[in-house]
Amino acid sequence: MSATALRERDALVESAAGDSPGRAAWRRFRANRTAMAGVALLALITLFAIAGPWLSPHDMETNDWERIQIAPTLEQSHWFGTDANGRDLFVRVAAGARLSLLIGLVTTGVAVLIGVLYGAVAGYVGGRIDQWMMRFVDVLYALPLFFGIIILVTIFGRNILLVFVAIGCVEWLTIARIVRGQTLSVKQMEYVEAARSLGASPSRIIFRHVVPNVLGPVIVFSTLLVPTVILVESFLSFLGLGVQEPQTSWGLLISQGASAIDSSPWLLVIPAAFLAATMFAFNFIGDGLRDALDPRDDS
Amino acid sequence: MSEPLLRVRDLSVRFRARRGSVHAVNGVSFDLVRGRSLGIVGESGSGKSQTCFAIMGLLPQSAECTGSVRFEGDELIGAPRRTLDRLRGQRMSLVFQDPMTSLTPHRTVGAQLCEIVRVHDGASAAEARRRALEIMERVRIPDPERRFDQYPFEFSGGMRQRIVIAAALIQRPSLVIADEPTTALDVTVQAEVLRTFKAVVEHAGTSLILVTHDLGVVAGTCDEVMVMYAGRVVEHADTSTLFAAPCHPYTRALLACRPGLDSKPVARMPTIEGRPPDLARGEPLGCAFAPRCSVATSVCEHSRPGLRELTQTHRAACHLLEAGQ
Amino acid sequence: MSARPLLRVERLSVRFPVRGAVDGLLRALENVSFELEPGRTLGIVGESGCGKSTLARALLRLVPIADGRLEFDGRDYTFDDETALRSLRRAVRLVFQDPLASLNPRFTVGQSIREPLEIFEPGLSRTECDRAVGAALERVGLGAGFAQRYPHELSGGQNQRVSIARALIGGPRLMVCDESVSALDVSVQAQILNLLADLQRDTGVAIVFISHDLSVVRHISHRLLVLYLGRVMEYGDAASVFASPAHPYTRSLLDAVPIADPVLERERAARLPALAGDLPSPLNPPSGCVFRTRCVAATPHCGIAVPGLTQRGATRFACHHPLG
Repeated sequence: MSATALRERDALVESAAGDSPGRAAWRRFRANRTAMAGVALLALITLFAIAGPWLSPHDMETNDWERIQIAPTLEQSHWFGTDANGRDLFVRVAAGARLSLLIGLVTTGVAVLIGVLYGAVAGYVGGRIDQWMMRFVDVLYALPLFFGIIILVTIFGRNILLVFVAIGCVEWLTIARIVRGQTLSVKQMEYVEAARSLGASPSRIIFRHVVPNVLGPVIVFSTLLVPTVILVESFLSFLGLGVQEPQTSWGLLISQGASAIDSSPWLLVIPAAFLAATMFAFNFIGDGLRDALDPRDDS
Repeated sequence: MSEPLLRVRDLSVRFRARRGSVHAVNGVSFDLVRGRSLGIVGESGSGKSQTCFAIMGLLPQSAECTGSVRFEGDELIGAPRRTLDRLRGQRMSLVFQDPMTSLTPHRTVGAQLCEIVRVHDGASAAEARRRALEIMERVRIPDPERRFDQYPFEFSGGMRQRIVIAAALIQRPSLVIADEPTTALDVTVQAEVLRTFKAVVEHAGTSLILVTHDLGVVAGTCDEVMVMYAGRVVEHADTSTLFAAPCHPYTRALLACRPGLDSKPVARMPTIEGRPPDLARGEPLGCAFAPRCSVATSVCEHSRPGLRELTQTHRAACHLLEAGQ
Repeated sequence: MSARPLLRVERLSVRFPVRGAVDGLLRALENVSFELEPGRTLGIVGESGCGKSTLARALLRLVPIADGRLEFDGRDYTFDDETALRSLRRAVRLVFQDPLASLNPRFTVGQSIREPLEIFEPGLSRTECDRAVGAALERVGLGAGFAQRYPHELSGGQNQRVSIARALIGGPRLMVCDESVSALDVSVQAQILNLLADLQRDTGVAIVFISHDLSVVRHISHRLLVLYLGRVMEYGDAASVFASPAHPYTRSLLDAVPIADPVLERERAARLPALAGDLPSPLNPPSGCVFRTRCVAATPHCGIAVPGLTQRGATRFACHHPLG
C-alpha cells in the first residue's frame, strides 16, 4: 500500500487515541495476554525471591544433618527438600533468585546506560568520530566473551562484582550498535533539524530529541538481555567461575543438582524450572513490548 | 447498453478501531464504462483511497468490506484471494504515488517489466523483452534499449513513475487504478507524465480510475469526476459539467480555494473553514459537510441528503438541490 | 523598495564535497543574490534539486557558506561561529514541509512550541513560558487547550499550525517556509496561506516562501526568485514576473501548472510543449547556460557563454534569448 494510504489508514484507526505515544504503547501492551502473563509470572518469581527466605523457618547456610538430600516434603517445612549438605532448597532457590535477578537487572542497566550514550553520541556526531567509535566496538565484539571472563576471573579471583562488570562490558556493544543505527535515521528527521535550526546544543538534541525516540528497540532488546545475562551467569557458575559458596545462584544450584541427578532429581529440576520460567516471562514481555512499541506491524 | 466494465454498488468499508468502528467508505455506487476515465477527488480521509483498495481487494484484514463490486461480470467482494491475485496485474493494475517503493531497488527495470509478462503469460524471454521495450517506448522513455538494463535509482522521479506506469500497462489490463500518481513529482514533470499516462491509456483502450486531491490534475485527464467527502460521494458528473456547473457546495468550495494561475492573485484566499468530521466519533446525523458549509440550513444538520440524479450524467447529494435551487 | 533590507544575500555559493562531481564539488548554489525588506515575502521556486532547500538552510547557516555574503539586519553572518549565530537563529525561523515529521512525536504540542524559549530565554519562568505558548497557539488559531496534546492526535493542518506557532514564539523577524503547504490538502493549504498573510500583516515578519508550486507562491509573494540547478534564472517583482516572464524556464514553470478547467486545460496541453527531459545532474551541469539542455530557445551560443544577470524593469534574468 502506498505510504499516504497507510498513513491515512493509521490516521483513521488511531484518530480515536488521545494520549502520549508512551501511554498508547502501554495500552497495547496491556491488551496482550501473553505479555501480561509474563509480567504476572515475573512478579510471582520476584515476590518469591524477596519473601521466600522469610516464609521458611530455615536459613540458607544451616545444615540439617539429619535430613540430607531428602525429597520435597511438608515435614519440617522442607518444601523443596534439602541438598547434599542438608541445606533447605526452598531458601536456597529464593536466595539464588535474588542473586540471579539482581545480576540480570543491574548488568542490563549498566549495559543500557553505556550502550545508549555511546551509540547516540557516535550516531549523532557522525563522521570520523563515529567511524573510530564503532571500530572500537567491532574490536571488542571480536573478543570472545567467556574467554575474557575466564581470564579476568583467573587474574582477579572469583568476585561477583567482576562478573557483573565483565558481562555488562560485553553486552553494551549490541545496544550501542542498535542505538547508533536508530540515531542515524532519527537524525534525518525534520524535528531534529528544527531543533538544530534553533541553535539547540548537541547535548540537548541528543538527550531531548534523539534518545527518547530510539529507546523503543532498546527496551525490547534489554528485556531479552536480562534472561541472557542470567543464563551467562548460570553458565559461569556451572563452570565454577561465578558465584561462590555459601552464596548461591540458580546456575550454581543447577550445577550442584546436575551432579546428583540420579539420586535426587529435584535438586536439578526445581532451580531449572525457576530459571526456565524466568526466561519465558522475559521473552513474553519482550515480544509484547515489541508489538506494543511498533503498532504498524500488522502480523 | 451492456454491463459496464466496473459496477460498484453500495460499497462500504469499516475499520474496527478501539472505540467503535470507523466508517471509511459509506455506500459508494458508480459505474465505469469501458475505456472511460474517472477521477476520484477528495481530501485526506475522504475515503477515496480506501474505495480503490476495496475494489482491488487490497484492504487490510482489519477492514470489513460490504456491498458489491462487479468487474467484467465477476463479483470481487468476497472472492477468494487467489482469484483476486490472478486478476491484479492481469486485468486490473495499480499505480502508486511513490515510484521508488513500487520498484525493487536491486533489479533492473527491464527485468522487472519482463517478469510481469513471464509470470502472467509464460512468454519466452525474447518475447518478454520485446514487449517490455515496446511499452517503455510507449511511455516515452528515451533510449529504451539502454535504459532496459539500468536500476531504478538511475532514473529520475518522473522517469521512474513512467516505468511504474509501463509496469501497470504491460499486460494491457482493462482497468488501471492510479493513486495520486503525480503528487510526488515536480509540477513540470507532472504535466508530462500525466500527458503520457493519458495517451497510453487511451491508446490501449484501458479504463482509468485516478485518485487525486488536485482538481487541476483531473481536469485535463479524466472524462468524469466523482467528489468524495467523509466516506460518501457528494457529487459525480462529466468533467466538463462538474467544472462548468458544480452543484454541491463542497465541490464549489474546493474549486474556489484551489490556488490557480488562471485566477487573479488575492490577498486572502477563499478557504473551507474547519476540518472534515472525525469518522471515529460516528457518522454525523445530517450532511457531513453541513458544519463547514456556507449555505447550510437547519435541515442539513438533521437529515442526510441522498444522491440525486440531476441529469443522466450528473448526481449530487445536497438538500438545497431538492429545494430546487 | 526603499526600506532598508532586512536580509541581504550577495553572490552566495554553497558547495559540498562529493565524489563523482567534475571538480569534486557539488555546486548546490552559485552566486545567488537577493534582498528582502521587513514585512515582505520572497517566493523561491524551482524543481526539486534546484537548491531551494539548501538556500533555506544557508539562510540559517545550517550549511557552510563557501563564498559570498549573508547579511541580516545590517550584520554580516557569513562566517560567524556558532555562538555568534544565536542572534541570527533567534530572529530567523524555519517551517518545514512535513508537519508531522517536524514535531518530536514524544513532545506535547506545548513542549515543542516552548523549545525556542528554553533555548533563547532560559531565564523565563514556567508560568511566563506557558502564557507565551498559549498566546502563540491562540495566534495560529488553535487555542491554548492544544498545548497538552500530541502531534499524532492532530491533523496535518493543525500540526502545521503548531510548527508555525513554534516559529512564531519569541518574535522572529524572518520566517523561512520550506514547502510548508505542499503536503497539505487544498482547503487546508488556503487556510495556512491566509494565516501566514495575517501574521505578516500583524507582526511585520518577513517571509521566505519556498515551493515548487507556482500557483501557491503567486498568492503570497511580493518578489520572486526562480532557481535552476542552484543558479538564479530570474528575480524580481512577483507581479511582473508572473505577468511577463523573461526567462524561458520561468515560462515553462508557469505553463506546467494544470488549470482547473477542462476546456482551458485541454487547450493548454495541446498548445504547449511540456518541459522536455529531466533535470541534468548537478554533479555535472551543462556548460554555459545550465538550462540550455531543456530550453526551446537554446542556440550554440548558450553552450559557450554563461549568461549574466540582465536588468529589465523590475526584474533581472540570466538568459541570452529572453522572451517578450
